[in-house]
Amino acid sequence: MPDAPGVELIRGEIDRDCPGAVLATSFDRAQAALIADPEKVIEVLAWLKDQPGHRYDFLSSLHAADYLPAEPRFAVHYELINRDRVERIRVKAMLADRGEELPEIDSCVDLFPTANAQEREVFDFFGIVFRGHPNLTRILMPDDYVGWPQRRDFPVGGEPVTFTYSEARYD
Amino acid sequence: MEIERRSLREKQVAARDMLRGDLEGEDLERYVEERVVTTTFEKVQNWARANSIFPLTFGLACCAIEAPISIVTARYDLARFGAEALRASPRQADLIILSGRVSIKMAPVVRRLYDQMLEPKWVMAMGACSSSAGMFANYAVVQGADKFMPVDVYVPGCPPRPEAVLYGFVKLQHKIMGSPDQSWRRRYDAYGTEEWARGGPRSEPSPEASKAYEEAKRSVERLREETGEPSVA
Repeated sequence: MPDAPGVELIRGEIDRDCPGAVLATSFDRAQAALIADPEKVIEVLAWLKDQPGHRYDFLSSLHAADYLPAEPRFAVHYELINRDRVERIRVKAMLADRGEELPEIDSCVDLFPTANAQEREVFDFFGIVFRGHPNLTRILMPDDYVGWPQRRDFPVGGEPVTFTYSEARYD
Repeated sequence: MEIERRSLREKQVAARDMLRGDLEGEDLERYVEERVVTTTFEKVQNWARANSIFPLTFGLACCAIEAPISIVTARYDLARFGAEALRASPRQADLIILSGRVSIKMAPVVRRLYDQMLEPKWVMAMGACSSSAGMFANYAVVQGADKFMPVDVYVPGCPPRPEAVLYGFVKLQHKIMGSPDQSWRRRYDAYGTEEWARGGPRSEPSPEASKAYEEAKRSVERLREETGEPSVA
């Protein structure tokens, strides 16, 4: 695990090769993260994967988060591991809400084939479109489902349950 | 067939009348009291059905550990109630135990399994989830399995103890034995929901069913016109 100065060093190295790709770094609760420009996130991932001395070549998880009401609202997280040193680093790409239009980001399936199903899952639940994905369809919800159920503004659904605090009172 | 409702004494008198000629007097009375029980064919049939239920080998979620896995073990032993033969095919099964939450993607599959079962057939909603979605008040889970299929017995619990499942099973047996007719459409007054083969020699749908079919057909045609998809018909 790179420590706080270590993340800054990695950022400096990436900045030399792909200027402007990393927007910020964070080191929170002993977890290192690079906040990447969503347009250049593939460059960052490819650099981390192939750079001698770093080689974070295993994508252990790709997932999204909805930070509503923060702006930009969505984030795609890439959890990378270097399997020799067992070091982890996280890359975050923040995506703004574009209203009716779905947020878009480049697919990393060419770099990490394991991202195929995970990007479909992110698309399924958050409506984030991965450009260049070979088969971007719903994976867990039914194909004819309407809506992006893991977004924070998506209604919880189900049937309303009357609890004592929400009970309507008639005098 | 109309079911005769008579007291045991009346039935015994009738049986005595039928036996008249072989025995006489006190002997005949005692013979009838000891040997003869009269009943109706439907009652015997339902008694046989209730005691030879074939459940479907089918599990949905965590409740499947309690049933049908647990209740067929030696400790709980569903065989005591004549239901130890779990069938792996819906065509051979009488009872489907909905053991767990039904997700909206699974619901059409469950319904299809139910439709493939032959009449008479019964459904047990086992556990809180299949009865009412339990704690899953969300987008992914059907809010109670009775939204899309008729349910005969609800067993509450999260999960229910195997004893509770067996109790529900015994309740179902009572229901089967107490009901003169076993078709679920008649049980739940669900006529007009039949699917039927069109074009067959005796395929006359009910007026309600044909109306619903025509409406569905029209809405599909409307959708096709809107989307510009070519019509199949």
